[in-house]
Amino acid sequence: MTYVRPKFRHPELPKNKLGYTVDYYEGALSTLCAGCGHDSISAGIIQAAYEMNIEPHKLAKLSGIGCSSKTPAYFLSNSHGFNSVHGRMPSVATGANLANRDLTYFGVSGDGDTASIGMGQFVHVIRRALNMTYIVMNNGCYGLTKGQDSATADQGSKNKSGNVNLFESIDLASLAIELGATFVAQSFSGDKTQLVPLIKAAMNHPGFAFINVISPCVTFNNNMGSTKSYDYVREHVGATATVDFVPEMQEIIVEYGKGTHKNVTMHDGSVIQLHKLSEDWNPLDRQSAMNAVINSKAKNEILTGLLYVNPDAHDLHHMIKTSDKPLNTLTKEQLCPGSEMLSEINADLR
Amino acid sequence: MKATDIKDPEYFHKVVDCQHACPAHTPVPEYIRLIAEEKYTEAYMINWDSNVFPGVLGRTCDRPCEPACRRGRIDGKDEEPVAICRLKRVAADNKGDVKSLMPIGPFKPNGKKIALIGAGPASLTVARDLAPLGYEIHLYDEQKLGGGFMRSQIPSFRLPETVLNEEVNYILDLGIHTHFNHYVKSLKETLSKDYDAVFVGSGAPKGRDLDIPGRKDGAANIHIGINWLANVAFEHTAKVGKKVIVLGGGNTAMDCCRTARRLGGDEVKVVVRSPFAEMKASPWEKEDAAHEDIPIIDNHVPKSFVVENGVLKGMTFEKVTAEYDKDGKRKLVPVGGPDVFIEADDVLIAVGQENSFPWIERDLGIEFDKWDMPKVDEVTFASTNSKVFFGGDSAWGPKNVITAVAHGHQAAISIDLMCRGEVLTVRPSPYVNLVSQKMGIHEWAYDSQVVTDKRYVVPQAEKKLTLSDRKKEVELGFNGLTGFKEAERCLNCDIQTVFTTDKCIECDACVDICPTACISFTENADESDLRSMLKMPAKNLTQDLYVSDILPTKRVMVKDENVCLHCGLCAERCPTSAWDMQKFFYNVTKAHTGCASHK
Ligand SMILES: Cc1cc2nc3c(=O)[nH]c(=O)nc-3n(C[C@H](O)[C@H](O)[C@H](O)COP(=O)(O)OP(=O)(O)OC[C@H]3O[C@@H](n4cnc5c(N)ncnc54)[C@H](O)[C@@H]3O)c2cc1C
Ligand SMILES: Cc1ncc(C[n+]2csc(CCOP(=O)(O)OP(=O)(O)O)c2C)c(N)n1
Ligand code: SF4
Ligand code: SF4
Ligand code: SF4
Ligand SMILES: [Mg+2]
Repeated sequence: MTYVRPKFRHPELPKNKLGYTVDYYEGALSTLCAGCGHDSISAGIIQAAYEMNIEPHKLAKLSGIGCSSKTPAYFLSNSHGFNSVHGRMPSVATGANLANRDLTYFGVSGDGDTASIGMGQFVHVIRRALNMTYIVMNNGCYGLTKGQDSATADQGSKNKSGNVNLFESIDLASLAIELGATFVAQSFSGDKTQLVPLIKAAMNHPGFAFINVISPCVTFNNNMGSTKSYDYVREHVGATATVDFVPEMQEIIVEYGKGTHKNVTMHDGSVIQLHKLSEDWNPLDRQSAMNAVINSKAKNEILTGLLYVNPDAHDLHHMIKTSDKPLNTLTKEQLCPGSEMLSEINADLR
Repeated sequence: MKATDIKDPEYFHKVVDCQHACPAHTPVPEYIRLIAEEKYTEAYMINWDSNVFPGVLGRTCDRPCEPACRRGRIDGKDEEPVAICRLKRVAADNKGDVKSLMPIGPFKPNGKKIALIGAGPASLTVARDLAPLGYEIHLYDEQKLGGGFMRSQIPSFRLPETVLNEEVNYILDLGIHTHFNHYVKSLKETLSKDYDAVFVGSGAPKGRDLDIPGRKDGAANIHIGINWLANVAFEHTAKVGKKVIVLGGGNTAMDCCRTARRLGGDEVKVVVRSPFAEMKASPWEKEDAAHEDIPIIDNHVPKSFVVENGVLKGMTFEKVTAEYDKDGKRKLVPVGGPDVFIEADDVLIAVGQENSFPWIERDLGIEFDKWDMPKVDEVTFASTNSKVFFGGDSAWGPKNVITAVAHGHQAAISIDLMCRGEVLTVRPSPYVNLVSQKMGIHEWAYDSQVVTDKRYVVPQAEKKLTLSDRKKEVELGFNGLTGFKEAERCLNCDIQTVFTTDKCIECDACVDICPTACISFTENADESDLRSMLKMPAKNLTQDLYVSDILPTKRVMVKDENVCLHCGLCAERCPTSAWDMQKFFYNVTKAHTGCASHK
């Protein structure tokens, strides 16, 4: 019987800049169903955090409720974590981020957690441009409660018991672009070559970064007729471009021919490399990104890759001009200037 | 790469590193699991079928399986192989009645007569495999008892006589006609009797001498190691001087020095030409000698025996250092300075053994090569005389017991084929079986958890006791509990990861869960490219890649067998059972278990 993972790892695992091998970023053994797309995304997050040389204690992972929201238990066990209430991850993230702006915030949610019960919180966290990565593990159903259709289930998609979904689906990526998210991407749990660089670029993004990852629920929504099954997604997937993320100070090795290639240089000097660009699409232009999503939807295609990025993004702290020092490190003396100062201020206001 | 053909039994056989490395291909993990289940009798019988002398080998085997054991390479650091050999002893020590599980005579005679020359492990194996088929077996040895070198060379403190007798007798009790105290002087004469085949299992019985000044004058106190050990074993020698030099760096030297310690040698020294690290002796034999306060003096080349007034006083040596040319070839270069004198009352020469066939006439159609060794076929063990077969140390020089046994099995098959008028080169296929171990989502019929216990050390009897009694066994063996814990360290390499391409939905679950990054999905390529395209580059070229057919995404599944822990997690996480854990049983067919026995 196996409920524990062996301690042994490949003896030749390379170390990252901090001297950690990838297993340092692992979590507990997953209790999700065998073959759940969410587990692959967890593996992608582990790989990305390892490659980004994240100091585990400088990252906080937050989630709501759902199979997807359980995954933070299965990656980055050495990081901070908060498993919040259904749909309420954004407010907890907002509070944490305001208190301590020095951490990397990594939110994980599901399509139910985000597009149904958490929709209100989702749209506002985007508006507020909280500096975080927000991943939706999108399986078109409520996996944890046995597979009811979610608000991202496509119209006409058939669920396991044969019922066809009558309602229009919510397209989370378009919504995020619409609401001003400064990094929006879409991916598939079965394609880590694409997913890992996207997660890396999102983690590095200085504003709100959203990734909608199609992640099949093998148990309740992997049937014939479902538009979120492994087979359907594989047959209908298209890509804006191939993505590479090159952190700052690193030499760019691969060069591509003009016209099919674009480098997006971020403020900190890091570069998102895009190759095999699809036609009529400009990742720096919201309008063009929206068009690309709508066009592919009309063709029954699932567009993956980076959709939109604004390299000059600013976050909430910038907008509301908070102190550079994390608020939770400010002392009583700094926060409470005393009654004399108060009377001075009051006098000014008279 | 082409998709792996798992129907070829050799593919999965190679994954079972220990079994593959064992000359007799003993199904190691199967018996280790049986030991963990306290099924010692069954574990013993698996061994007995394959290696004939489980009790002997569980104490003395050269253990080629252990350096091959997967456990030794899974952490790249200090993880040691499973104590495969000493677990075998646990089975032998704790077994119940095994005799009733062995072939029981009398067997219906098939009218054929076979002579076996020499009663070492090779001949005894031939005897065991052929007797149940009705062959009349005549076993010749110049010694008074059977066992060959296992009796005359391996000292009792490593191998108690009772253990040896028991296992030799299992064979002799099959109705073997023994001709002990009978030196075969002429093969021609033997062939002239009405034997249908003759098996030569006469070993490599000649110890090398050292022809340096003083050898003749000191002869009374200078002994050839293997002759001296035989004299001790047969109780012709009971004493040795206080100061003893043992020359040589192999296992024979280790047995000589440790025996000398027990016969009155207070200051026993081993002197060897080569550097310590390059000595031929197994590391554990060197450790045991060190434990018995025997210094090993390396880089000393013997120059002369010093004899005064007809009495041996000691030896002189020249100090050397090892130098290596660019091809790594070693040269021992004198370091200069005066010769070193070491005192000695007795010297034991253990610098190698050779074959010697003075009793084989050279006009019998048996071809000999330029080193005066018979030409023996590596598969059939036949000589150029169709009736004469060789095996064990007599075939290609000194090896070890397990190799002799492996030779014996194959020679027995050849003899049986020949006697039945069949072609020798068409060998019987191994017996193989592949069965799923799945019992539930998280449940396997084997213990899939990988423990982190370090290798357990075999306890030894107190040195005071063992040094005062030549026959007192040094190693005490594992007790049941330690045996269990050591058995749990085995990774069950015979529980194979079996992949079914058309069930795979490419969800990556196995890739993500595999603790040792064995599995990759990638575009196909040539083996050398493929090896570098995997999640972790597959650098151990001795370990195969398991490649699937082409998947719907046009990729292939590639598994590097190198550090797979056989933990079963890939199969547990696979939603469609494209991966399954299946027990692979592979057993070399022996003459008495092959087709002939069912005719
Ligand atoms: C000191 C020493 C220690 C060893 N320790 C180990 C060990 O720990 N583990 C291990 O695996 N191996 C060990 N070996 C090696 C092992 O003993 C041999 O490789 C093995 O016994 C070879 O088996 P065999 O059947 O070929 O012949 P042998 O065991 O050598 O038997 C040959 C027999 O043939 C008899 N014989 C030879 N010629 C004639 C003739 N003309 N007529 C009649 N009889 C004849 C000999 O008396 C002998 O009994 C050791 C060897 C030595 C020298
Ligand atoms: C306030 C509240 N309402 C309802 C539930 C029941 N519930 C648990 S998980 C879930 C849906 C989860 O769906 P999703 O976020 O898509 O996660 P998945 O399991 O599909 O990954 C619901 C409705 C709850 N836990 N709390
Ligand atoms: S129910 Fe669906 S979403 Fe939940 S763990 Fe199982 S496969 Fe994954
Ligand atoms: S781990 Fe067990 S099965 Fe694997 S090679 Fe070692 S002893 Fe054999
Ligand atoms: S059994 Fe499967 S999961 Fe376990 S180490 Fe081997 S390939 Fe990896
Ligand atoms: Mg869901």
